[in-house]
Amino acid sequence: MTVPLALLGLLDREPSYGYDLKRAYDTYFGRGRPLPFGQVYSTLGRLARDGKVTAGQSEPGDGPDRKRYAITTLGKQEVEAWLAEPVAAEPFLQTVLFTKVVLALMLGHDAQGYLDTQRATHMRRMRELSEIKRGGALVDTLLADHALFHLEADLRWIDVTTARLGALAEMVRQP
Amino acid sequence: MTVDALPVPGPLLEARSIDRSYGRTQALRAASLAVTAGEVLAIMGPSGSGKSTLLHCLAGIFTPDAGEVWFDGRRLDLLSDARRSELRRTAFGFVFQFGQLVPELTAADNVALPLLLGKARRKPAYRRAAELLRRLELAELSGRRTGELSGGQAQRVAIARALVTRPKVIFADEPTGALDSLTGEKVMELLVGLARQEGTTVIVVTHDARVAACADREVMVRDGKVTDPYATDPYAAGAVR
Repeated sequence: MTVPLALLGLLDREPSYGYDLKRAYDTYFGRGRPLPFGQVYSTLGRLARDGKVTAGQSEPGDGPDRKRYAITTLGKQEVEAWLAEPVAAEPFLQTVLFTKVVLALMLGHDAQGYLDTQRATHMRRMRELSEIKRGGALVDTLLADHALFHLEADLRWIDVTTARLGALAEMVRQP
Repeated sequence: MTVDALPVPGPLLEARSIDRSYGRTQALRAASLAVTAGEVLAIMGPSGSGKSTLLHCLAGIFTPDAGEVWFDGRRLDLLSDARRSELRRTAFGFVFQFGQLVPELTAADNVALPLLLGKARRKPAYRRAAELLRRLELAELSGRRTGELSGGQAQRVAIARALVTRPKVIFADEPTGALDSLTGEKVMELLVGLARQEGTTVIVVTHDARVAACADREVMVRDGKVTDPYATDPYAAGAVR
C-alpha cells in the first residue's frame, strides 16, 4: 500500500525518471530492502493507468530509453488525503500475544514462561536496534526509534499481563 | 579473617542464593546472579520487586541475611564494614538517579573528589577529572557549579565521578530516571561507551526497556527472585555480547 503512495509523494516533489525514483525510495524508505526495478515500473504503470501520473515520451539516456513521470492533479489529491489521514492505531502484535497467553492458560501450559521468552525476544531485537542507532545515519536512527518505541509498548503490556496472570488464569479456567 | 578464593576464571561478581528482609517484608529470596568482568548488565523488574536491594547487596552496601556475595575471588559479605567501605571507595563507582553531587562545588571538584578523599595528589586528580569531563563532552562546564547544571549535564558529571578512580564495577540505580527520553539516551550511551573503553563492568537497575537495551543482557527480578530469560531462551545461545 505504501509503495505507490511513496512514489506518488516523491513525484509530487518533482517529476522523475524511474531510476531516480527507485534511488530516492531506497535512500529514504528502503533501509536494507531496496525496491526491485520491476516493482517500480509496474507500480508506475498502474498509477499511469489510474490517471495519477503521466509518462513522458521515451528519451535516450546512458542505458535503455527512459520516461519522465509527473504527478497529475488526481495523484496530488491522493497524496494529500493520505498524508492527512492518521494511520490506524492497530494493536497488531498484542492480539497475537493475548491469544497465546489465554490459550496457554486454558491448556494448562506455562504462560509465564511464554511471556518471559517473548520478553527476551523483544529485548534482543531492542538491543539490535540500539546497535543500529549507534553511529547510524539520522534516517536509520529515527526508524530504529520508531521500532524501539513499539517494542517498548509491547514490553509494558507483557509486564502488566505478567502481573495479572493469576487473575487471568482464574478467569479463563472458569467453565 | 579467612577469605576463600574463587576458582579462576570465574565471574567478577556473584550473588549466591541471597535473602534480605526489611522487618517482615522479604525483599530477596534465594536470589542468584553472576556478572562477568567487562559485562554491561541491566537488572529490570517492577517497583518493589527487590532489584535495588539486589544492587545494594552486590555493592556491599547491604549485607544479605543469608547466602553469599563474591567479588573478585573474595566473600564480600564476610568483610568488615571498614573493608567493605574501602572496597566501595576504590573498586566500585556509583551513579544514582540524583543527589550524589555537591552542588556548591564545580564539576571538576566533584569529579576529583573521590581521588582527593583517597589521598591522591591534587594535580593528577584534576588532570584525570578534566580528561573524563572532556570525554563526556563537558570540558567547557568543568568550572561551573554542579547546582547550576541541567539534569543531563549533572548525570554526566556523576558518571565522570563514578569512573574517576578507575573502578572495576559501576553500579547505576535508575541513572536516567529523572531525565527525558533523548537526554537519558545520551547519558546511557556515554556511560556504556566510556565504561567499555575503560573495561569497567556496569550493573544498571532500570525499569526502562530502552535503557536496558543498551546493556549486553538483562535479568528480571520478580518477588525477590532473579529470572534470567536467556536460561530458557533457545535463540539466545551465544547472543550475549
